[in-house]
Amino acid sequence: MNSIVKIQQLCFSVSGRPIFKGIDLEVPYNKIVAIMGPSGTGKTTLLNLIGGRLKPDSGSVFVHNQNVHALSRKELYQLRRRIGVLFQEGALFTDLNVFENVAFPLREHTHLPEDMIQDLVRMQLHAVGLRGAANLKIDELSGGMARRVAMARATVLGPELMLYDEPFTGQDPISRGVLVKLIKELNDALGLTSVLVSHDVPETSLIADYIYILAGGKIIGAGTPQQLLNTDAAQVKQFIHGLPDGPVAFHYPANDYREDLKL
Amino acid sequence: MNAIQRLGRIGIDFCGHLGVSGLFLCRAVFCRPKLRQAWPLFSYQLYKIGILSLIIILLSALFIGMVVALQGYNTLRKFGAEQELGQLVALSVVRELGPVVAALLFAGRAGSALTAELGLMRATQQIGGMEMMAVDPMWRIVAPRLWAGFIALPILAILFNVVAIMGGHFVGVDWLGVDDGAFWSNMQEAVGFREDIVNGIIKSVVFGFITTWVAVYQGFYSEPNAAGISKATTRTVVFSSLLVLALDFVLTSLMMGGW
Repeated sequence: MNSIVKIQQLCFSVSGRPIFKGIDLEVPYNKIVAIMGPSGTGKTTLLNLIGGRLKPDSGSVFVHNQNVHALSRKELYQLRRRIGVLFQEGALFTDLNVFENVAFPLREHTHLPEDMIQDLVRMQLHAVGLRGAANLKIDELSGGMARRVAMARATVLGPELMLYDEPFTGQDPISRGVLVKLIKELNDALGLTSVLVSHDVPETSLIADYIYILAGGKIIGAGTPQQLLNTDAAQVKQFIHGLPDGPVAFHYPANDYREDLKL
Repeated sequence: MNAIQRLGRIGIDFCGHLGVSGLFLCRAVFCRPKLRQAWPLFSYQLYKIGILSLIIILLSALFIGMVVALQGYNTLRKFGAEQELGQLVALSVVRELGPVVAALLFAGRAGSALTAELGLMRATQQIGGMEMMAVDPMWRIVAPRLWAGFIALPILAILFNVVAIMGGHFVGVDWLGVDDGAFWSNMQEAVGFREDIVNGIIKSVVFGFITTWVAVYQGFYSEPNAAGISKATTRTVVFSSLLVLALDFVLTSLMMGGW
């Protein structure tokens, strides 16, 4: 297998409602692969399945050639040490300051001396441009700064795979630009593989090597950003170009309008 | 038929929750902590749960002791037995009021705070983040809070007893004029160490165990939104209070029955 992540015939449902109906997907080493799609299509759920936080109904998820859902808790935790995750809200610990948040994985998983932890954390914070914010509390950070701190924390142990969950959502244009640059630079400089879940087409297209588009529990399109920009497939075209009219209906399924108004 | 089905569903759900909460407790109690980090985490929680609950517990104890003395004095005086006030205050407080009221206050103050904190940690993905960083939230988040609660409540209940008796002494002796020597000597004569004091402490250990378990379980599994956290916090206070009162009856029956 040449892929760091390989998903085969994955089916997953919540309370009987199918989220994935047998999807296949591969993430090659050292690439940035984006998983895109409208809100509510299960993009974050897919990241949770890759990280082993959810169990599929059927199908399998391989990470580093290991079937994630066949691992024991100990083996799963060993695997997770090689994975970094940037959560949608950052998931920073509010009882710790910026420095301690970044130092957290080092203190948990290594026996490094304190002076080395101090140096490593400052280097990580410098890489995301927040060395000067080391002593700030989490509630003193802006949304963009919080994502950058979370990114510093997620990469401090040198993961081989990074999972980004909607990194650009709710960010101002400057923060978006900074995050785009950081994701690309970290991926190239550290030789990572990144899985980027997003519905922000312009930013994702700038850095992704390959994009999968999810809708209705299936992959409706896949290709390089350029291939998808030039596609003729109606549903993909509607998503990529943000068209209000198309196969994805504006209205949520409902009874006949006339009947509802009793006309 | 629907009512029977609903009843069955409630029964199945109840058993399910009981099983999940039992496994949750076992995982938290028997998880292997990292000793280097466990002590600071535990002592911080002991401070938050125990020390910060002191003021409400001690103030309540003072007023409860004063009220018991006042009510008791007026009743005892009718029989010319006001010198027995020390005994009445001490037995009421040590056997029942101390463990029960301290546990109810603890559930309202520390239990609800624990639930809200854990619920918010889940809603802001801090618990999920920890799991994805290969750190077991059971030992890092749940276990320190659980042990701190187990240990804090019995200590708070003992302090409650002391302050309530001091409150009773203030009202009975300093205000209403009961003889100081009679107050203490009658108390000393009537209160047994094992059957009253130790039994009271055993009750507060059980209550500490139950209230903290309910609080951390409700918080850890709360729905990750504002309404879910609100419901979980309410459930913590309601379930803890009812369990404390029900268990108080059971424990008292066992203790009175010559246990």
